[in-house]
Amino acid sequence: MDAAAPLLEVEDLEVEFRTRHGTARVLDGVALSLQPGRTLGIVGESGCGKSMTALSIMRLVPVPPGRIGAGAVRLKGEDLLQASEKRMREVRGKDISMIFQEPMTSLNPVYSIGDQIAETVRLHEGLSRRDSLDRAIEMLKAVHIPAAERRVREFPHQMSGGMRQRVMIAMALACRPSVLIADEPTTALDVTVQAQVFDLLKELQEKTGTAIILISHDMGAIAEMADRVMVMYAGRIVEEAATDEILESPRHPYTRGLISCVPHMEDEPPPERAALTEIPGVVPALTDLGAGCSFAPRCAHTTDLCRRAAPQPFAVGENHRTACWLYDEAGAA
Amino acid sequence: MTASGNSDYLLEVQDLKVHFRLPRRNMLTPGGTVHAVDGISYRVRRGSTFGIVGESGSGKTTAALAAMRLVPVTDGSISLDGVEMTTLTGDALREMRRKIQIVFQDPYSSLNPRMRAGAIVREPMDLMEVGEPVERDGRVAELFRRVGLRPEQEALFPHQFSGGQRQRIGVARALATQPELIVCDEPVSALDVAIQAQILNLLRELQNGFGLTYLFISHDLGVVQHICDDIAVMYLGEIVEQSDRVSLFTLPLHPYTWALISAVPSARRRERGKDGRVRLQGDPPNPIDPPPGCRFAPRCPFAVDRCHRDKPALREVREGHLVSCHLVGDDCVPPHAAAASVS
Repeated sequence: MDAAAPLLEVEDLEVEFRTRHGTARVLDGVALSLQPGRTLGIVGESGCGKSMTALSIMRLVPVPPGRIGAGAVRLKGEDLLQASEKRMREVRGKDISMIFQEPMTSLNPVYSIGDQIAETVRLHEGLSRRDSLDRAIEMLKAVHIPAAERRVREFPHQMSGGMRQRVMIAMALACRPSVLIADEPTTALDVTVQAQVFDLLKELQEKTGTAIILISHDMGAIAEMADRVMVMYAGRIVEEAATDEILESPRHPYTRGLISCVPHMEDEPPPERAALTEIPGVVPALTDLGAGCSFAPRCAHTTDLCRRAAPQPFAVGENHRTACWLYDEAGAA
Repeated sequence: MTASGNSDYLLEVQDLKVHFRLPRRNMLTPGGTVHAVDGISYRVRRGSTFGIVGESGSGKTTAALAAMRLVPVTDGSISLDGVEMTTLTGDALREMRRKIQIVFQDPYSSLNPRMRAGAIVREPMDLMEVGEPVERDGRVAELFRRVGLRPEQEALFPHQFSGGQRQRIGVARALATQPELIVCDEPVSALDVAIQAQILNLLRELQNGFGLTYLFISHDLGVVQHICDDIAVMYLGEIVEQSDRVSLFTLPLHPYTWALISAVPSARRRERGKDGRVRLQGDPPNPIDPPPGCRFAPRCPFAVDRCHRDKPALREVREGHLVSCHLVGDDCVPPHAAAASVS
């Protein structure tokens, strides 16, 4: 879609999991492309495939029970799905790295944070112990941890949640990866600390040109951070566009629901409050998706066609695609 | 504010303190004290929703649990419906607890996985002896309908429900004893975004239907603004600002409130860029040995010498709008607005 060659390109990704209740298609035809220095937001409810997309890019989907059925994940032209396990170990942490939601459980409690950051650098860049520790201190300074020389010897339990997430970011960026995947990086944090982490990510992105995939359920967070947004539902992309475009004219009923079901904080709240718009029902089980649109059971605009056939994504505007029968080729709602 | 007989207010809390002693680390150092809640006062009007908002460690949950006498109260007075709660014991306390129920944050861990949904909702009625035993089954079915579940779902176990449905069970259980006050401790923060709206709408609908009063604890300012009538902002065990919802968000006076509001990511802020945004440095400090003077001073971008020395009092600067900050003058100009007009 974009003119320049993308840094990371995912094509038609299909991932299935075998479960007791049958085969669940957790990703179905997921495609994305990411330019250097840009941020792509992936938004949706839990179970819609956001994290599974990230794991598939890193090739961390557990096989079995999982299986990557089809598709390609191209990093600078190289298909990672065809790469050897040895090559993947080089890629993970060096070219693509990841930060997780819960900074406490993703750090090792028995190693100092300096050792944990240094380990990544030693393994990927072959630096000596001393040099790698220097890099760790440099990274802690870059994420604004005060007294970095002292704190590099501290253990995760000695730090607050916000500090630990900074350490995770320092570790993820230590080898200057070209892609950073942030999976709900601030969900466990307080709002003032969340703002600090977002500012930090933006600052580091400006300096290093790292591309970011930000996974979140919070449309506000996505709006603040992302250039482009991908809305996922039940393993499929239902809408994709530039962030401003999605916020101003969301097309898919699910996207509209996601935006309007959250109480928005107003600068000057009106005295009267309307009830919130609800999205009725819950995300369907992925084992028994029918032939039709997977959102149809929760949608207010369902027609016979929606129940019969699943819509494919098509363009409804410049760089704006949605998978919904409401917008046929004429673009009429 | 007298303790009894004011019919406008269901709950009146006066100078409430909850301190926890920490064990000594060794023989030589004295054990510290956690000042979880340190002298807060508020009143909740009948049929309204009173919100307590703050970050983790601010004492908001402890403040709510203290109102239910679920944590030991160090000092102060709590009066529910004119009855002083802090001195009640035994049967009298049980009887008062019937009037206060709680909805917990996590619908996954707050329901007994071995009990059927109907039994979970019925249990408080049996324990508190609400109504005649023969009527209770009918009442459980009625409660299921009121919270948007089907009576035939009574026979299912909690794991057979989705997160939103479990929270509905939690709400039904809280309603079982026909309480007057329901403490909602982050009732939607563990739920998916699309489900939050369902529960928030349900809570408002039940409030109108039963004339309930809510004490609503949350860290989410969007939710608080939507559902609360009056709001107290807590920081390190103290209320730093308190007002009705319109006044609080239209004219936030305390620098901490302003920082909280400006930290919320939103689409509108994206358009406006970084203007008028304050970024707090550091994390909320430890409630053990809080700093002297204003507790927010170490993180406050406007703090002057006096803030580190003298403790500001919570005072009314506009009608119904209370703030504890030395820098807010009687003209109601908050320090962040003063700074913006100079630069």
